[in-house]
Amino acid sequence: MSNTIPDMGGMHGFGPVVPEENEPTFHAEWEGRVHAMQRAMGTTGLWTIDGGRASLEALPPVEYLRSSYYRRWFLGLEQRLLKHGLVSDDEIAAGHSLRRGVALNRTLKLSDVQQPPTRGNFERPSRAPAKFKVGDAVHTRQLNPATHTRLPRYARDKFGRIEAIRGCHVFPDTAALSVANEDPEWLYTVVFDGRELWGDAAEPGLTVSIDAFEPYLEPA
Amino acid sequence: MAHSHDDHQHGSELSEMQLRVRALETILAEKGYVDPAALDRIVETYETEVGPHNGAKIVARAWVDPAFKARLLADGTEAANSLGHVSPVGSHLIAIENTPGQHNLVVCTLCSCYPWEVLGLPPVWYKSAPFRSRAVIDPRSVLADFGVALPAETTIRVWDSTAETRFLVVPMRPPGTEGWSEERLAELVTRDSMVGTGLAKRPS
Repeated sequence: MSNTIPDMGGMHGFGPVVPEENEPTFHAEWEGRVHAMQRAMGTTGLWTIDGGRASLEALPPVEYLRSSYYRRWFLGLEQRLLKHGLVSDDEIAAGHSLRRGVALNRTLKLSDVQQPPTRGNFERPSRAPAKFKVGDAVHTRQLNPATHTRLPRYARDKFGRIEAIRGCHVFPDTAALSVANEDPEWLYTVVFDGRELWGDAAEPGLTVSIDAFEPYLEPA
Repeated sequence: MAHSHDDHQHGSELSEMQLRVRALETILAEKGYVDPAALDRIVETYETEVGPHNGAKIVARAWVDPAFKARLLADGTEAANSLGHVSPVGSHLIAIENTPGQHNLVVCTLCSCYPWEVLGLPPVWYKSAPFRSRAVIDPRSVLADFGVALPAETTIRVWDSTAETRFLVVPMRPPGTEGWSEERLAELVTRDSMVGTGLAKRPS
């Protein structure tokens, strides 16, 4: 889902940013376990990084806002495990496995994590030439899909300029729905004048950029 | 409002979550989906090995070596990986340079995208609603929350991490550090200075 609480750029009312001195990596032991389980289950290849994000967007708004970051991760992971039939509600209630697990193509072994991980590469061969070039004026489309997107609401239906071409990358909007739908698209850094986004009261000289996939854009 | 941010930890959540997380790990391990020893190792990696010291080495090198800085700004992934002694960087790291005329600030308004390999896991404030909501509309007040006051003539550029690109800010080298070694310079490069919510430390 796209028009949800996680898309919070430009919202008011959340108060000051409160940095924490000497913040630990994890604030409780369970946070580290959630982080590690998310990574381990991600290697099964049953969902994409955007499928994971979509499961957090599907949390009820009040649940999202009242939960800490790793609680959201946990709730999203639990939902994906249930959806893909890897665990069942009765097992979660019991706190134990009640039946044999399903066969997985891949699991994470200790030998896989001896070195710090390298993040996956999301660049893919292009299917067509890029439609835009650096310097082009573009307009972001007015899109409101009920499914996942990476075009924030504040940057829809706005005029901007192509600042850089970042290559051809897995398209989150389709990859969120299935691991089979990488549908690579050209990715651009699109920069907007602050006044285009926020009106005349914008911070003087402010510019804001997003990295936008080609289907989000049309010629201005 | 100081305690209203959304990632505030409540005691009740802590105990509830300890039980739920332990139960889920038990189920996953019993089914053979996860190896608890591998989970231990992942936690240890992020607690002890991956952190902003990696990014600081990259920035310090860029400060002393103009050719490296040019490479870094042209292809952050390639330049960072050429240092060898930092965590390998996956695609697609983009380095952006602060100047007297422009200050760069990185945010992920939609979730929490952050360059783990060079900065470690993001702090709670980076993932919080106050930062994600305000960075794009009112960045100067966000900087004020960090005690940073930029000159009025310095304009602000905000980079919203909406794709699998990741951003590393190269802060300005502080005055009074001429002739310093890379190792000494790296100690001035804070995590926040590489996100854009801080400046490099001044020599004391």
